[in-house]
Amino acid sequence: MASEKTADREIDELTGTPTTGHSWDGIKELDTPMPRWWLWTFYGCILFAIVYVVLYPAIPMATRATSGVLGWSSRAEVRTEIAEAQAAQSVFGDKIAAASMDQIVANPDLFQFAARAGRSAFLVNCVQCHGAGAQGSVGFPNLQDDDWLWGGTPEQIRTTIAHGIRSDDPDTHVSQMPAFGHDGILKSDQIVNVSAYVMTLSGLTPRFGITAEGQTVFADNCASCHGVDGAGNKDVGAPSLKDAIWLRSSDQNAIIAQITNPKMGIMPAWEPRLGPVAVKELAAYVYSLGGGTAPPATN
Amino acid sequence: MSLQDSVERLNAEAVNSADRRGPLFAARTKIHPKRAEGAFRRLKWIIMAVTLAIYYVTPWIRFDRGPNSPDQAVLIDLASRRFYFFFIEIWPQEFFYVAGLLIMAGLGLFLITSVAGRVWCGYTCPQTVWVDLFLVVERFFEGDRNKRIALDKAPMSADKFVKRASKYTVWLFIAVATGGAWIFYFADAPTLLKEVFTLQAAPVAYMTVAILTATTFIFGGFMREQVCTYMCPWPRIQAAMLDEQSLTVTYNDWRGEPRSRHQKRALAAGESVGDCVDCNACVAVCPMGIDIRDGQQMECITCALCIDACDGVMDKIGREHGLISYTTLADYDANMALARGDGVTIDPARVREGGTGPLKPGVAHFNWRHLVRLRTLIYLALWSAIGVAMIVSLATRPRLESSVLHDRNPLYVRLADGGIRNAYTVKLANMENTPRNIQLRIEGLPDGIIALPGRIVAGNEATITLPPDQVETLRLLVSLPAQPVTRERIDFTIVATDAASGETSHSSAVFELPKENGR
Repeated sequence: MASEKTADREIDELTGTPTTGHSWDGIKELDTPMPRWWLWTFYGCILFAIVYVVLYPAIPMATRATSGVLGWSSRAEVRTEIAEAQAAQSVFGDKIAAASMDQIVANPDLFQFAARAGRSAFLVNCVQCHGAGAQGSVGFPNLQDDDWLWGGTPEQIRTTIAHGIRSDDPDTHVSQMPAFGHDGILKSDQIVNVSAYVMTLSGLTPRFGITAEGQTVFADNCASCHGVDGAGNKDVGAPSLKDAIWLRSSDQNAIIAQITNPKMGIMPAWEPRLGPVAVKELAAYVYSLGGGTAPPATN
Repeated sequence: MSLQDSVERLNAEAVNSADRRGPLFAARTKIHPKRAEGAFRRLKWIIMAVTLAIYYVTPWIRFDRGPNSPDQAVLIDLASRRFYFFFIEIWPQEFFYVAGLLIMAGLGLFLITSVAGRVWCGYTCPQTVWVDLFLVVERFFEGDRNKRIALDKAPMSADKFVKRASKYTVWLFIAVATGGAWIFYFADAPTLLKEVFTLQAAPVAYMTVAILTATTFIFGGFMREQVCTYMCPWPRIQAAMLDEQSLTVTYNDWRGEPRSRHQKRALAAGESVGDCVDCNACVAVCPMGIDIRDGQQMECITCALCIDACDGVMDKIGREHGLISYTTLADYDANMALARGDGVTIDPARVREGGTGPLKPGVAHFNWRHLVRLRTLIYLALWSAIGVAMIVSLATRPRLESSVLHDRNPLYVRLADGGIRNAYTVKLANMENTPRNIQLRIEGLPDGIIALPGRIVAGNEATITLPPDQVETLRLLVSLPAQPVTRERIDFTIVATDAASGETSHSSAVFELPKENGR
């Protein structure tokens, strides 16, 4: 490779263009100027960049970028957009705040809006326990079915969401099932017998235990909460034992374990976190899933 | 003064003449088309007026569709995803009608091109129409061809500045009006016009106007034929649809050659001369700047202004029209063979009585029967078939549509009494612009019980009032009582019926059961 530079530049014969003086294997590089439009575009970009750096956040500093004379920031813009969106929805929000749950359910427009808003709140706050389709799982109630521990009217659903179950809210739902085996209230054969009886209540066939003796144990120890016929009591959150729905398991060993040392779920109180409007929206969404028990609203 | 000498000889040379063809792309040579007069120029004026009128006026036509729909005859409502064309309303899922129209446009182009060549380019293409309009303005302020050439060469003066500024101002006004008219197809025109002038219209409206103004101004005012030659793919595509029976603008050299600038002198000297006096009128009027006498060329848009110019010259020298004419290649070849005889030289005596008299009877002329041939008939049949199919489909298309989506999470819900319930998202589309009462029920699930949260169900049938021209989304719950079931899924149908008109829409659905249910 040979390189030479001369003060008077060589002119290429064929094109009439000056050469740069570089040559590779005898091929000389022409010094063709940039097109004018290209240069002006380039200068324009430089000018744009300078103006941009002055106006907008641009240069990274130790903790944050320079702020720019306009004071613009993407976070402030998001805050403005959120405020605008909230303002646009406030018409419905105010109506929901003022209405009772029954009034919300009876008003198709309001119900639809509340249920949709509630769905987005549900997908953020509730799916962790109750599942994305509100189908629940072992120990976490299915919200789509028609079995309700604390009642399935819109207002009852709202109360449960607002104050929680066994939460630290003063108005929370509290119910306590005694640990019949752990605390020595019942003997183990009594527990086995009552488990057998409980299974017959919902038409299941127990594998062991004496059903007739279990019935006596049930009447003495369980009927006060679960009812004489085992239909449960929504005032105290006692599950119905005669329906086909089991919060945990219908397996006899699981029933025995539950009687011996019961597990009891906890749901937080949501009103202090989300506010009364979001709780009403959540209740409307849960009710819209179809398992609620309130009288149907008008079309 | 002889007849021939009365014809003005114009100093014009084709941009793509064989001598000048060098590199594949050369810097543009400005073209100054001379004004033509004649039958084809009149046809072009008429088509220009009609097409411009259609473009500018259409959004302003009102059409009463009742209280729930816009009253603009042609409206592309992107916000609510509707397309209105007079009494036809297209929903997004019916967009295939637009596809059908595009196919018809394509086949129509095949048909017209195989019949009459690239007449789309020459008469109706927006580029042609607007360039023509801009040329009218240019001619008004700067005069015809020679004056414009002189003005271009002249140094800047007050007079030249005023002429140029006036021309650009009117061009800009036309360009803004063109860009402005476009946006009225997408919103209520009177409302939008007010918004545009009070600076309340959407930014996209101003952007659209700005872009279309720029393209109109630049394409129509400055790039002109360059758009057709270098940017547009249509000339290449359309050229492929021609055959030897298609009409194309043709210089009939079998009667024009040998051309002579001094016909009378040549005749006196006993030389044979053709009809062409080499006056270059055909080149001067050509908006593409070509010389049709060089034969068919890619640049030719078949606008026939050269025919008008040449026919005017033929009148002056007392010869028949049609030295340049719409001719099929088959006719041209036949006449060419006649004029050549056995040799290669064209002899006017073979096509004219006595060499200068009327054309001989053996000369082939345009015959409309050439246009009716298998190729054009197939295009016409296909075009008509699609058109008829679309009309029939439009007349019988449903105005009530339903769709069902089974909730997958969970697939089913067990109820307290042991029954099984499935949930469905049902969408009912009322595609008419009046409210309708729709009855919803299920078929194929005899024990099934339906429920719609928040709505009354009477006797397993729910009545839903659908708002006009809208889709309503419902949550439908279907329950089966506890029973031994051997199948894990049951197919059934969800039926929506308009109580008033009886129009019915069926959607098939699946009822899912737990696997252990059959035990």
